[in-house]
Amino acid sequence: MFRTVAELVEVAEKENILISEVMIRQEMEVKEKTREEVFSEMEKNLDVMEKAIEDSLKGVVSVTGLTGGDAVKVQEYMKENTPLSGNLMMDAVSKAMGTNEVNAAMGTICATPTAGSAGCVPGTLFAVKNQLNPSREQMVRYLFTSGAFGFVVANNAFISGAAGGCQAEVGSAGAMASAAIVEMAGGTPQQSADAFAMTLKNMLGLVCDPVAGLVEVPCVKRNAGGSSLAIVSADMALAGVTSTIPCDEVIGAMYRIGKQMPSSLRETGEGGLADTPTGRLLKQKLFGITSGS
Amino acid sequence: MKFNSVFDIIGPVMVGPSSSHTAGAARIGKAARNLFGKEPKWARIYLYESFAKTYKGHGTDFALAGGLLGFETDDSKMKQALEIARERGLDIEFIEDNAGVDHPNTARLIIGNDTDQLELIGISIGGGKVEITELNGFELRLSGNHPAILIMHNDRFGAIASITKILAKHEINIGHMEVNRKDVGTEALMVIEVDQNVHDSVLKEMEDADHIEQIAKIVS
Repeated sequence: MFRTVAELVEVAEKENILISEVMIRQEMEVKEKTREEVFSEMEKNLDVMEKAIEDSLKGVVSVTGLTGGDAVKVQEYMKENTPLSGNLMMDAVSKAMGTNEVNAAMGTICATPTAGSAGCVPGTLFAVKNQLNPSREQMVRYLFTSGAFGFVVANNAFISGAAGGCQAEVGSAGAMASAAIVEMAGGTPQQSADAFAMTLKNMLGLVCDPVAGLVEVPCVKRNAGGSSLAIVSADMALAGVTSTIPCDEVIGAMYRIGKQMPSSLRETGEGGLADTPTGRLLKQKLFGITSGS
Repeated sequence: MKFNSVFDIIGPVMVGPSSSHTAGAARIGKAARNLFGKEPKWARIYLYESFAKTYKGHGTDFALAGGLLGFETDDSKMKQALEIARERGLDIEFIEDNAGVDHPNTARLIIGNDTDQLELIGISIGGGKVEITELNGFELRLSGNHPAILIMHNDRFGAIASITKILAKHEINIGHMEVNRKDVGTEALMVIEVDQNVHDSVLKEMEDADHIEQIAKIVS
Protein backbone atom coordinates (compact mmCIF):
# COMPACT_ATOMS: atom_id res chain seq x y z
CA MET A 1 0.00 0.00 0.00
CA PHE A 2 1.41 3.43 -0.91
CA ARG A 3 1.74 5.97 1.86
CA THR A 4 3.41 8.87 0.04
CA VAL A 5 3.20 10.50 -3.36
CA ALA A 6 6.83 9.45 -3.96
CA GLU A 7 5.81 5.80 -3.45
CA LEU A 8 2.76 6.25 -5.66
CA VAL A 9 4.82 7.71 -8.51
CA GLU A 10 7.51 5.06 -8.03
CA VAL A 11 5.03 2.19 -8.39
CA ALA A 12 3.47 3.78 -11.49
CA GLU A 13 6.87 4.35 -13.12
CA LYS A 14 8.34 0.97 -12.20
CA GLU A 15 5.34 -0.96 -13.50
CA ASN A 16 4.77 1.48 -16.33
CA ILE A 17 1.11 2.04 -15.41
CA LEU A 18 -1.06 5.08 -14.78
CA ILE A 19 -1.59 6.53 -11.28
CA SER A 20 -5.27 5.63 -11.65
CA GLU A 21 -4.27 2.01 -12.27
CA VAL A 22 -2.18 1.93 -9.07
CA MET A 23 -5.24 3.16 -7.15
CA ILE A 24 -7.59 0.67 -8.81
CA ARG A 25 -5.26 -2.27 -8.06
CA GLN A 26 -4.82 -1.21 -4.43
CA GLU A 27 -8.57 -0.85 -3.95
CA MET A 28 -9.15 -4.33 -5.43
CA GLU A 29 -6.57 -5.78 -3.06
CA VAL A 30 -7.65 -3.97 0.12
CA LYS A 31 -11.38 -4.55 -0.39
CA GLU A 32 -11.02 -7.94 -2.04
CA LYS A 33 -13.18 -6.79 -4.92
CA THR A 34 -13.05 -7.38 -8.65
CA ARG A 35 -11.96 -4.69 -11.10
CA GLU A 36 -15.55 -4.47 -12.35
CA GLU A 37 -16.93 -3.90 -8.84
CA VAL A 38 -14.43 -1.18 -8.01
CA PHE A 39 -14.88 0.46 -11.39
CA SER A 40 -18.66 0.49 -11.32
CA GLU A 41 -18.72 1.88 -7.78
CA MET A 42 -16.64 4.82 -9.01
CA GLU A 43 -18.78 5.21 -12.11
CA LYS A 44 -21.79 5.71 -9.83
CA ASN A 45 -19.94 8.61 -8.19
CA LEU A 46 -19.30 10.04 -11.65
CA ASP A 47 -23.04 9.82 -12.41
CA VAL A 48 -23.85 11.74 -9.21
CA MET A 49 -21.33 14.44 -10.15
CA GLU A 50 -22.76 14.77 -13.64
CA LYS A 51 -26.30 15.04 -12.30
CA ALA A 52 -25.31 17.69 -9.74
CA ILE A 53 -23.74 19.81 -12.50
CA GLU A 54 -26.84 19.43 -14.67
CA ASP A 55 -29.04 20.47 -11.75
CA SER A 56 -26.86 23.46 -10.99
CA LEU A 57 -27.08 24.74 -14.56
CA LYS A 58 -30.85 24.85 -14.23
CA GLY A 59 -30.26 27.21 -11.31
CA VAL A 60 -30.44 26.42 -7.61
CA VAL A 61 -30.76 28.57 -4.49
CA SER A 62 -29.62 27.55 -1.02
CA VAL A 63 -32.01 27.34 1.92
CA THR A 64 -30.63 30.58 3.37
CA GLY A 65 -30.61 32.35 0.01
CA LEU A 66 -26.95 33.23 0.50
CA THR A 67 -25.75 31.29 -2.55
CA GLY A 68 -27.00 29.97 -5.87
CA GLY A 69 -27.34 31.07 -9.46
CA ASP A 70 -23.70 32.02 -10.05
CA ALA A 71 -22.96 28.91 -12.16
CA VAL A 72 -25.74 29.98 -14.52
CA LYS A 73 -24.46 33.58 -14.64
CA VAL A 74 -21.02 32.41 -15.75
CA GLN A 75 -22.49 30.15 -18.47
CA GLU A 76 -24.52 33.08 -19.82
CA TYR A 77 -21.47 35.33 -19.73
CA MET A 78 -19.56 32.71 -21.72
CA LYS A 79 -22.24 32.67 -24.40
CA GLU A 80 -22.34 36.43 -24.86
CA ASN A 81 -18.68 37.31 -24.32
CA THR A 82 -15.17 36.02 -24.78
CA PRO A 83 -13.97 35.31 -21.24
CA LEU A 84 -10.56 36.83 -20.55
CA SER A 85 -9.36 33.61 -18.93
CA GLY A 86 -10.77 31.44 -21.69
CA ASN A 87 -13.85 29.29 -22.12
CA LEU A 88 -12.42 26.12 -20.59
CA MET A 89 -11.36 27.97 -17.47
CA MET A 90 -14.71 29.67 -16.99
CA ASP A 91 -16.58 26.46 -17.74
CA ALA A 92 -14.63 24.77 -14.93
CA VAL A 93 -15.34 27.70 -12.62
CA SER A 94 -19.04 27.56 -13.45
CA LYS A 95 -19.31 23.81 -12.93
CA ALA A 96 -17.25 23.83 -9.74
CA MET A 97 -19.39 26.60 -8.27
CA GLY A 98 -22.51 24.87 -9.54
CA THR A 99 -21.66 21.65 -7.73
CA ASN A 100 -21.16 23.55 -4.53
CA GLU A 101 -24.32 25.53 -5.03
CA VAL A 102 -26.17 22.21 -5.20
CA ASN A 103 -24.37 21.15 -2.04
CA ALA A 104 -25.31 24.35 -0.20
CA ALA A 105 -28.89 23.80 -1.35
CA MET A 106 -28.76 20.40 0.37
CA GLY A 107 -28.90 18.56 -2.94
CA THR A 108 -27.13 15.27 -3.63
CA ILE A 109 -23.40 15.46 -4.33
CA CYS A 110 -20.34 13.27 -4.09
CA ALA A 111 -17.85 14.43 -1.46
CA THR A 112 -14.45 14.91 -3.20
CA PRO A 113 -12.75 14.81 -0.75
CA THR A 114 -15.35 16.67 1.32
CA ALA A 115 -18.73 18.23 0.60
CA GLY A 116 -17.46 21.78 1.02
CA SER A 117 -14.80 21.11 -1.61
CA ALA A 118 -16.95 18.89 -3.83
CA GLY A 119 -16.76 21.27 -6.83
CA CYS A 120 -13.11 21.19 -7.91
CA VAL A 121 -12.77 17.62 -9.18
CA PRO A 122 -16.05 17.38 -11.13
CA GLY A 123 -15.91 21.03 -12.22
CA THR A 124 -12.54 20.59 -13.90
CA LEU A 125 -13.42 17.13 -15.22
CA PHE A 126 -16.53 18.25 -17.07
CA ALA A 127 -14.72 21.32 -18.41
CA VAL A 128 -11.59 19.60 -19.75
CA LYS A 129 -13.83 16.86 -21.14
CA ASN A 130 -14.90 19.23 -23.92
CA GLN A 131 -11.31 19.69 -25.06
CA LEU A 132 -9.74 16.28 -24.37
CA ASN A 133 -12.74 14.15 -25.42
CA PRO A 134 -12.05 11.35 -22.93
CA SER A 135 -13.77 7.97 -23.00
CA ARG A 136 -16.10 7.12 -20.13
CA GLU A 137 -13.32 4.92 -18.75
CA GLN A 138 -10.87 7.80 -18.78
CA MET A 139 -13.41 9.94 -16.92
CA VAL A 140 -13.74 7.30 -14.22
CA ARG A 141 -9.93 7.04 -14.11
CA TYR A 142 -9.82 10.81 -13.49
CA LEU A 143 -11.59 10.12 -10.20
CA PHE A 144 -9.20 7.29 -9.25
CA THR A 145 -6.20 9.54 -9.93
CA SER A 146 -7.74 12.33 -7.84
CA GLY A 147 -8.49 9.77 -5.16
CA ALA A 148 -4.95 8.40 -5.09
CA PHE A 149 -3.53 11.81 -4.26
CA GLY A 150 -6.33 12.60 -1.81
CA PHE A 151 -5.63 9.27 -0.12
CA VAL A 152 -2.04 10.36 0.61
CA VAL A 153 -3.18 13.75 1.96
CA ALA A 154 -5.88 12.21 4.17
CA ASN A 155 -3.44 9.72 5.69
CA ASN A 156 -0.53 12.13 6.16
CA ALA A 157 -2.30 15.42 6.85
CA PHE A 158 -6.02 16.21 6.76
CA ILE A 159 -8.83 16.88 4.32
CA SER A 160 -11.31 18.76 6.50
CA GLY A 161 -11.55 22.47 7.17
CA ALA A 162 -12.24 21.85 10.83
CA ALA A 163 -8.94 20.00 11.20
CA GLY A 164 -6.65 21.95 8.87
CA GLY A 165 -8.36 24.99 7.38
CA CYS A 166 -9.59 25.36 3.81
CA GLN A 167 -6.07 24.58 2.51
CA ALA A 168 -6.85 21.01 3.59
CA GLU A 169 -10.22 21.06 1.87
CA VAL A 170 -10.33 23.13 -1.33
CA GLY A 171 -6.52 23.05 -1.35
CA SER A 172 -6.51 19.26 -1.50
CA ALA A 173 -9.46 19.15 -3.91
CA GLY A 174 -7.88 21.56 -6.39
CA ALA A 175 -4.54 19.77 -6.14
CA MET A 176 -6.22 16.38 -6.68
CA ALA A 177 -7.92 17.79 -9.78
CA SER A 178 -4.56 19.09 -11.08
CA ALA A 179 -2.99 15.66 -10.89
CA ALA A 180 -5.96 14.08 -12.67
CA ILE A 181 -6.00 16.67 -15.47
CA VAL A 182 -2.33 15.92 -16.16
CA GLU A 183 -2.99 12.18 -16.46
CA MET A 184 -5.98 12.73 -18.74
CA ALA A 185 -3.94 15.08 -20.91
CA GLY A 186 -1.24 12.43 -21.31
CA GLY A 187 1.31 13.70 -18.80
CA THR A 188 3.57 11.48 -16.70
CA PRO A 189 2.93 10.37 -13.10
CA GLN A 190 5.71 12.73 -11.97
CA GLN A 191 4.03 15.60 -13.83
CA SER A 192 0.80 14.77 -11.96
CA ALA A 193 2.77 15.02 -8.69
CA ASP A 194 4.29 18.35 -9.73
CA ALA A 195 0.90 19.76 -10.68
CA PHE A 196 -0.52 18.60 -7.37
CA ALA A 197 2.34 20.23 -5.46
CA MET A 198 2.02 23.53 -7.34
CA THR A 199 -1.70 23.84 -6.68
CA LEU A 200 -1.38 22.96 -3.01
CA LYS A 201 1.53 25.40 -2.61
CA ASN A 202 -0.72 28.18 -3.80
CA MET A 203 -3.39 27.19 -1.31
CA LEU A 204 -1.15 27.00 1.76
CA GLY A 205 -2.45 28.99 4.68
CA LEU A 206 -5.99 29.15 3.33
CA VAL A 207 -8.28 29.56 6.34
CA CYS A 208 -11.70 28.01 6.84
CA ASP A 209 -13.97 30.90 7.83
CA PRO A 210 -17.53 30.05 6.83
CA VAL A 211 -19.90 32.97 7.26
CA ALA A 212 -22.56 32.07 9.84
CA GLY A 213 -20.77 28.72 10.04
CA LEU A 214 -22.32 27.57 6.76
CA VAL A 215 -20.71 25.84 3.80
CA GLU A 216 -21.74 28.66 1.44
CA VAL A 217 -19.75 31.87 1.78
CA PRO A 218 -16.88 31.77 0.90
CA CYS A 219 -16.89 28.06 0.03
CA VAL A 220 -18.72 28.22 -3.32
CA LYS A 221 -16.29 30.77 -4.76
CA ARG A 222 -13.26 29.06 -3.27
CA ASN A 223 -14.19 26.00 -5.33
CA ALA A 224 -13.97 28.32 -8.34
CA GLY A 225 -10.50 29.37 -7.19
CA GLY A 226 -9.38 25.81 -6.56
CA SER A 227 -10.53 24.68 -10.01
CA SER A 228 -8.88 27.49 -11.90
CA LEU A 229 -5.62 26.95 -10.04
CA ALA A 230 -5.90 23.24 -10.84
CA ILE A 231 -5.97 23.97 -14.56
CA VAL A 232 -3.13 26.50 -14.39
CA SER A 233 -0.89 24.11 -12.42
CA ALA A 234 -1.71 21.21 -14.74
CA ASP A 235 -0.68 23.34 -17.72
CA MET A 236 2.50 24.38 -15.94
CA ALA A 237 3.41 20.77 -15.18
CA LEU A 238 2.65 19.70 -18.76
CA ALA A 239 4.92 22.53 -19.91
CA GLY A 240 7.72 20.97 -17.89
CA VAL A 241 7.60 23.27 -14.86
CA THR A 242 8.47 21.28 -11.73
CA SER A 243 7.87 21.89 -8.06
CA THR A 244 11.07 22.80 -6.24
CA ILE A 245 9.66 21.46 -2.99
CA PRO A 246 8.69 17.79 -3.50
CA CYS A 247 5.00 16.97 -3.32
CA ASP A 248 5.17 15.06 -0.01
CA GLU A 249 7.04 17.93 1.63
CA VAL A 250 4.33 20.36 0.49
CA ILE A 251 1.74 18.06 2.09
CA GLY A 252 3.87 18.06 5.26
CA ALA A 253 4.02 21.86 5.23
CA MET A 254 0.24 22.01 4.78
CA TYR A 255 -0.17 19.73 7.79
CA ARG A 256 2.06 21.83 10.02
CA ILE A 257 0.41 25.10 8.94
CA GLY A 258 -3.00 23.61 9.72
CA LYS A 259 -1.80 22.59 13.16
CA GLN A 260 -0.59 26.13 13.79
CA MET A 261 -3.92 27.71 12.82
CA PRO A 262 -6.06 28.91 15.70
CA SER A 263 -9.43 27.20 15.99
CA SER A 264 -11.17 30.48 15.07
CA LEU A 265 -9.81 29.95 11.53
CA ARG A 266 -10.82 26.29 11.31
CA GLU A 267 -14.51 26.07 10.48
CA THR A 268 -15.83 27.53 13.71
CA GLY A 269 -17.26 30.47 11.81
CA GLU A 270 -15.64 32.82 14.33
CA GLY A 271 -12.74 34.34 12.42
CA GLY A 272 -11.73 35.62 8.98
CA LEU A 273 -14.61 36.48 6.64
CA ALA A 274 -17.11 35.24 9.21
CA ASP A 275 -15.84 37.96 11.54
CA THR A 276 -16.38 40.89 9.16
CA PRO A 277 -19.21 43.40 9.68
CA THR A 278 -21.17 41.78 6.85
CA GLY A 279 -20.35 38.28 8.03
CA ARG A 280 -21.57 39.07 11.54
CA LEU A 281 -24.67 40.78 10.19
CA LEU A 282 -25.57 37.76 8.04
CA LYS A 283 -25.15 35.45 11.00
CA GLN A 284 -27.43 37.62 13.08
CA LYS A 285 -29.99 37.80 10.28
CA LEU A 286 -29.99 34.03 9.77
CA PHE A 287 -29.77 32.83 13.35
CA GLY A 288 -30.60 35.87 15.46
CA ILE A 289 -27.34 35.61 17.37
CA THR A 290 -24.20 37.73 17.34
CA SER A 291 -20.85 36.27 16.33
CA GLY A 292 -18.86 34.64 19.09
CA SER A 293 -15.70 36.70 18.70
CA MET B 1 -3.74 4.32 8.22
CA LYS B 2 -6.97 6.14 8.97
CA PHE B 3 -8.20 6.00 5.39
CA ASN B 4 -7.82 2.73 3.49
CA SER B 5 -10.20 3.07 0.56
CA VAL B 6 -10.34 5.44 -2.40
CA PHE B 7 -14.06 5.74 -1.70
CA ASP B 8 -13.26 7.43 1.60
CA ILE B 9 -11.80 10.19 -0.57
CA ILE B 10 -14.10 10.14 -3.63
CA GLY B 11 -17.37 9.74 -1.76
CA PRO B 12 -19.66 9.30 -0.02
CA VAL B 13 -22.60 10.27 -2.17
CA MET B 14 -24.56 12.40 0.25
CA VAL B 15 -27.13 15.07 0.79
CA GLY B 16 -25.27 18.37 1.34
CA PRO B 17 -24.01 20.60 2.73
CA SER B 18 -21.14 19.31 4.88
CA SER B 19 -19.44 15.92 4.78
CA SER B 20 -18.16 16.33 8.33
CA HIS B 21 -21.29 17.91 9.77
CA THR B 22 -24.00 16.21 7.72
CA ALA B 23 -22.75 12.87 6.31
CA GLY B 24 -20.44 12.19 9.26
CA ALA B 25 -23.19 13.07 11.73
CA ALA B 26 -25.61 10.73 9.97
CA ARG B 27 -23.07 7.91 10.23
CA ILE B 28 -22.53 8.56 13.96
CA GLY B 29 -26.30 8.43 14.49
CA LYS B 30 -26.54 5.22 12.47
CA ALA B 31 -23.69 3.61 14.43
CA ALA B 32 -25.52 4.43 17.67
CA ARG B 33 -28.74 2.92 16.32
CA ASN B 34 -26.94 -0.22 15.15
CA LEU B 35 -25.23 -0.67 18.49
CA PHE B 36 -28.50 -0.15 20.33
CA GLY B 37 -29.94 -2.80 18.04
CA LYS B 38 -33.30 -1.12 17.58
CA GLU B 39 -34.86 2.28 17.12
CA PRO B 40 -34.49 4.32 20.31
CA LYS B 41 -37.45 6.16 21.86
CA TRP B 42 -35.42 9.09 23.05
CA ALA B 43 -32.01 10.65 22.45
CA ARG B 44 -30.05 13.32 24.27
CA ILE B 45 -27.32 14.58 21.97
CA TYR B 46 -24.46 16.74 23.25
CA LEU B 47 -22.58 18.72 20.59
CA TYR B 48 -19.10 20.14 21.03
CA GLU B 49 -16.93 22.81 19.36
CA SER B 50 -17.58 23.07 15.60
CA PHE B 51 -20.57 20.72 15.88
CA ALA B 52 -22.03 22.92 18.64
CA LYS B 53 -21.37 26.19 16.83
CA THR B 54 -22.64 25.37 13.34
CA TYR B 55 -25.03 22.45 13.62
CA LYS B 56 -28.20 24.31 12.73
CA GLY B 57 -26.95 25.67 9.42
CA HIS B 58 -25.22 22.44 8.47
CA GLY B 59 -28.16 20.20 9.20
CA THR B 60 -26.11 18.27 11.75
CA ASP B 61 -29.29 17.99 13.80
CA PHE B 62 -31.40 16.39 11.07
CA ALA B 63 -28.46 14.24 9.99
CA LEU B 64 -27.99 12.81 13.50
CA ALA B 65 -31.74 12.21 13.63
CA GLY B 66 -31.61 10.57 10.19
CA GLY B 67 -28.85 8.27 11.35
CA LEU B 68 -30.84 7.30 14.43
CA LEU B 69 -33.73 6.48 12.09
CA GLY B 70 -31.39 4.27 10.06
CA PHE B 71 -31.03 6.51 6.97
CA GLU B 72 -27.99 6.28 4.69
CA THR B 73 -26.03 9.49 3.90
CA ASP B 74 -27.75 9.91 0.52
CA ASP B 75 -31.30 9.23 1.70
CA SER B 76 -33.61 11.79 0.17
CA LYS B 77 -35.70 11.78 3.38
CA MET B 78 -32.69 13.09 5.34
CA LYS B 79 -33.83 16.72 5.33
CA GLN B 80 -37.16 15.72 6.92
CA ALA B 81 -35.52 13.48 9.52
CA LEU B 82 -36.48 15.66 12.51
CA GLU B 83 -40.14 15.64 11.49
CA ILE B 84 -40.05 11.92 10.70
CA ALA B 85 -38.48 11.27 14.12
CA ARG B 86 -41.32 13.17 15.77
CA GLU B 87 -43.91 11.21 13.80
CA ARG B 88 -42.27 7.94 14.82
CA GLY B 89 -42.25 8.96 18.48
CA LEU B 90 -38.49 9.43 18.76
CA ASP B 91 -37.90 12.36 21.10
CA ILE B 92 -34.55 14.10 20.44
CA GLU B 93 -32.95 16.86 22.49
CA PHE B 94 -29.83 18.74 21.32
CA ILE B 95 -27.51 20.30 23.88
CA GLU B 96 -24.65 22.66 22.97
CA ASP B 97 -21.83 21.79 25.35
CA ASN B 98 -18.70 23.91 25.73
CA ALA B 99 -16.57 21.28 27.47
CA GLY B 100 -13.12 20.68 25.97
CA VAL B 101 -12.83 17.73 23.57
CA ASP B 102 -9.98 16.21 21.56
CA HIS B 103 -11.66 16.64 18.16
CA PRO B 104 -13.58 19.70 16.91
CA ASN B 105 -16.42 17.62 15.49
CA THR B 106 -17.54 15.62 18.49
CA ALA B 107 -20.99 14.38 19.48
CA ARG B 108 -22.04 12.46 22.58
CA LEU B 109 -25.25 10.52 22.15
CA ILE B 110 -27.25 9.03 24.97
CA ILE B 111 -30.10 7.03 23.50
CA GLY B 112 -32.58 4.64 24.97
CA ASN B 113 -36.08 3.29 25.42
CA ASP B 114 -38.09 2.32 28.52
CA THR B 115 -35.63 -0.38 29.57
CA ASP B 116 -32.24 0.07 27.89
CA GLN B 117 -29.79 2.90 27.43
CA LEU B 118 -26.59 3.40 25.45
CA GLU B 119 -23.99 6.15 25.51
CA LEU B 120 -21.61 6.75 22.65
CA ILE B 121 -19.10 9.40 21.63
CA GLY B 122 -18.46 9.82 17.93
CA ILE B 123 -16.09 12.09 16.03
CA SER B 124 -16.35 13.12 12.41
CA ILE B 125 -12.80 13.09 11.05
CA GLY B 126 -13.40 14.49 7.55
CA GLY B 127 -14.92 13.56 4.23
CA GLY B 128 -17.80 11.76 5.95
CA LYS B 129 -15.57 9.31 7.79
CA VAL B 130 -16.26 8.83 11.49
CA GLU B 131 -14.82 7.10 14.51
CA ILE B 132 -16.59 5.91 17.62
CA THR B 133 -14.23 6.83 20.46
CA GLU B 134 -16.24 5.81 23.49
CA LEU B 135 -19.04 3.36 24.22
CA ASN B 136 -20.74 3.14 27.61
CA GLY B 137 -17.67 4.67 29.22
CA PHE B 138 -15.19 2.41 27.42
CA GLU B 139 -12.61 4.12 25.26
CA LEU B 140 -12.24 2.64 21.79
CA ARG B 141 -11.37 3.48 18.22
CA LEU B 142 -13.96 2.12 15.89
CA SER B 143 -14.62 3.32 12.37
CA GLY B 144 -18.30 3.15 11.56
CA ASN B 145 -17.39 1.93 8.08
CA HIS B 146 -16.52 -1.71 8.70
CA PRO B 147 -18.69 -4.47 10.04
CA ALA B 148 -17.89 -4.97 13.71
CA ILE B 149 -18.94 -7.00 16.72
CA LEU B 150 -19.05 -5.46 20.19
CA ILE B 151 -19.06 -7.88 23.07
CA MET B 152 -19.62 -6.97 26.71
CA HIS B 153 -18.08 -9.71 28.79
CA ASN B 154 -16.58 -10.52 32.16
CA ASP B 155 -12.83 -10.09 32.46
CA ARG B 156 -12.03 -13.81 32.91
CA PHE B 157 -9.63 -16.40 31.47
CA GLY B 158 -10.78 -17.77 28.16
CA ALA B 159 -13.46 -15.20 27.35
CA ILE B 160 -11.51 -13.83 24.37
CA ALA B 161 -10.39 -17.27 23.18
CA SER B 162 -13.95 -18.58 23.19
CA ILE B 163 -14.99 -15.75 20.83
CA THR B 164 -12.02 -15.93 18.46
CA LYS B 165 -12.43 -19.70 18.25
CA ILE B 166 -15.99 -19.24 16.97
CA LEU B 167 -14.83 -16.65 14.42
CA ALA B 168 -12.06 -18.96 13.21
CA LYS B 169 -14.52 -21.84 12.84
CA HIS B 170 -16.73 -19.70 10.59
CA GLU B 171 -13.70 -18.42 8.65
CA ILE B 172 -14.35 -14.80 9.63
CA ASN B 173 -11.20 -12.70 9.43
CA ILE B 174 -10.46 -10.13 12.16
CA GLY B 175 -9.28 -6.78 10.77
CA HIS B 176 -8.87 -4.96 14.08
CA MET B 177 -9.48 -5.92 17.67
CA GLU B 178 -9.44 -4.14 21.00
CA VAL B 179 -10.15 -5.25 24.53
CA ASN B 180 -10.96 -2.80 27.30
CA ARG B 181 -11.87 -3.36 30.91
CA LYS B 182 -12.91 -1.04 33.69
CA ASP B 183 -10.87 -2.99 36.27
CA VAL B 184 -9.29 -6.44 36.68
CA GLY B 185 -11.97 -9.11 36.84
CA THR B 186 -14.87 -6.74 36.15
CA GLU B 187 -16.92 -5.70 33.15
CA ALA B 188 -14.99 -5.61 29.87
CA LEU B 189 -15.61 -4.77 26.22
CA MET B 190 -14.22 -6.56 23.19
CA VAL B 191 -14.42 -4.75 19.86
CA ILE B 192 -13.73 -6.78 16.74
CA GLU B 193 -13.74 -5.28 13.26
CA VAL B 194 -14.24 -7.96 10.65
CA ASP B 195 -14.08 -8.10 6.87
CA GLN B 196 -17.61 -9.28 6.24
CA ASN B 197 -20.99 -8.92 7.92
CA VAL B 198 -21.50 -11.53 10.61
CA HIS B 199 -24.62 -13.66 10.46
CA ASP B 200 -26.98 -13.60 13.45
CA SER B 201 -26.52 -17.35 13.97
CA VAL B 202 -22.82 -16.73 14.64
CA LEU B 203 -23.72 -14.00 17.14
CA LYS B 204 -26.10 -16.42 18.87
CA GLU B 205 -23.29 -18.94 19.16
CA MET B 206 -21.09 -16.27 20.75
CA GLU B 207 -23.80 -15.24 23.20
CA ASP B 208 -23.78 -18.78 24.56
CA ALA B 209 -19.99 -18.79 25.06
CA ASP B 210 -18.42 -18.51 28.53
CA HIS B 211 -18.43 -15.15 30.36
CA ILE B 212 -20.28 -13.33 27.58
CA GLU B 213 -22.87 -10.80 28.69
CA GLN B 214 -24.14 -8.92 25.66
CA ILE B 215 -23.38 -8.71 21.96
CA ALA B 216 -24.13 -6.06 19.36
CA LYS B 217 -23.04 -5.75 15.77
CA ILE B 218 -22.43 -2.98 13.28
CA VAL B 219 -23.23 -3.90 9.71
CA SER B 220 -21.54 -2.13 6.84
